Amino acid sequence: MERTWRAVRRRLLQAIPTIFGILILNFLILNLAPGDLVDVMAADEQITNPVVLAKLRESYGLDQPVHVQALNYLVNVVQFDLGYSYRHNLPVIDIIMDRLPATLLLMFTSIALAMTIGIAAGVAAARRVNSLADNVISVVAVLFFAAPSFWVGLMMIVLFAVKLGWLPVAGLQTIGVDYGLFEQALDIVWHLIMPAVALGLFYAAVYARVMRTSMLEIFGLDFVRTARAKGLSERKVATKHVLRNALLPVVTLLSLQLGTVLAGSVVVEAVFSWPGIGTLIVEAVSGRNFPLVVGILFLASIMVVIANLLVDLVYMRLDPRVELR
Amino acid sequence: MIELSEFWRRFRRNRSAVAGLFVVALVVVMAAIGPFLYPNDPLYIVAPPEIWPFVDARYPLGTDSIGRDIGAIIFRGAATTLIIGIVATLVASTLGIAIGAVAGYYGGAIDDVLSRITEIFQTVPNLIFLLAVVALFGAHIENVVIGIGVVSWTSIARMVRAEFMSLREREFVLACRTINMSSGRIIFSQILPNAMPPVIVMASLLVAGAVLFEAALSFLGLSDPNVASWGRLIGEGRLTLRTAWYVSAIPGIAILLTVLGLNLVGDGLNDALNPKLKDR
Repeated sequence: MERTWRAVRRRLLQAIPTIFGILILNFLILNLAPGDLVDVMAADEQITNPVVLAKLRESYGLDQPVHVQALNYLVNVVQFDLGYSYRHNLPVIDIIMDRLPATLLLMFTSIALAMTIGIAAGVAAARRVNSLADNVISVVAVLFFAAPSFWVGLMMIVLFAVKLGWLPVAGLQTIGVDYGLFEQALDIVWHLIMPAVALGLFYAAVYARVMRTSMLEIFGLDFVRTARAKGLSERKVATKHVLRNALLPVVTLLSLQLGTVLAGSVVVEAVFSWPGIGTLIVEAVSGRNFPLVVGILFLASIMVVIANLLVDLVYMRLDPRVELR
Repeated sequence: MIELSEFWRRFRRNRSAVAGLFVVALVVVMAAIGPFLYPNDPLYIVAPPEIWPFVDARYPLGTDSIGRDIGAIIFRGAATTLIIGIVATLVASTLGIAIGAVAGYYGGAIDDVLSRITEIFQTVPNLIFLLAVVALFGAHIENVVIGIGVVSWTSIARMVRAEFMSLREREFVLACRTINMSSGRIIFSQILPNAMPPVIVMASLLVAGAVLFEAALSFLGLSDPNVASWGRLIGEGRLTLRTAWYVSAIPGIAILLTVLGLNLVGDGLNDALNPKLKDR
């Protein structure tokens, strides 16, 4: 336990420069972009009066030198002030926090789904190498590895919602019906199935391939031979000895890909009108709502930093030899 | 570097890679003959809307909800897809090689700083970053290409760095140092050629990734609206999914096959260029 806390502390300290770097990056792209916030607002509100524009610039601190602006930005962000969206008439952080739970629900369900399917398929393929099952799994994995997730989602809508009518087309829940708590949860699960599968299948394909390779590699190691020699059943060897070790590369991959899962949920959310961060950023980009776009970019990056930290802890549990660097 | 005929012999052994190469070659041919088959702007309305595929011989792939020829958009979109994929990969490879080579060759404080920067770019969710770039700089095709490159270079940089770190201690590099060769020449003429095989493999996979990025961006309607694009057609077909789902299905299959082909070619290149890793 002591060791875990020490590791957590060290990783947290290491995350600080990364977060700082992300902040600088965000500030840079905000400043490198042609025109500033006031230009966009002026275009929106049709303000042309130069006195009003200068006043606006002053009130946002845009008349200050760049290093002062950078410092202001930093101080604000540390206080969780990511700016204000005039279109929503709300602070950016509130808008994002309102949409965050839906995205997290989608992401976690997809990852859990991808892990379950991917690991099961990878183990099944590795236990019977070059069998029919192995080949079928390989072909399916290669296909889903190449298919754009938004397209898979659309085709699922055509099949399961339009043609068969089994699943709802879009949204998080049925609108305008007053359910009890349990029915509402069930309703959300019902709506969650298609987006989670559309997003998860790509990663399931990745995990299946990695899992198969890593299982095969570990089956050939000495400690597995020892386990077999002491008379353990093939099933016990596979689950107790090989599986646990073979999981390590999958966990590494998960941590490397968390950002892409979050990014992938943007397009999948757009397909299913899922009311999360993804649909929010698409709206913000189309509406040129800069503070909101950069706010989402920042918060999404921070989420990846935190998630990576959690994955590292899982990794340490799986392999006690690993000292967190 | 191995000889071309030897390379081809090894590549050919992987039958799915040859199939992948065939698919990629097909897309290249489509892109090349597109302007001759469909000389007019593919985004013009030319026929009644919602003609299904394989019904009218003049429009073998049918027309979309406003009467544009899907075949024209597929053929002309092939060029868009390939050009964006290749140029974005060149941008990513240049950035990745430069940063990885410097970090791996010099090590020390330079390496620390560059590795941190790489880590930051790896942490920022790629598509969200790309959306931010496009939102702030405008959805011109150059910005899209540069944006895709900027979100894709980290894998190349990490790999090049690792290669350089192991290669810089080898005898041939020490020999170059002894004869007082400049660092720049050692990096470019001595180490880089030896580090290239895994970079080539990775780059072929990056092209596939770039194709998917472009597809996602134009699907969301946030890419350049003035070029024919497969992803955009999927997005537009969405509006008539109930009555004419083929409008979204056809360009999706085109993307799927192209990415599949590129991935298979990447696997084949991996087998041919890194024979030691064949069983992995």
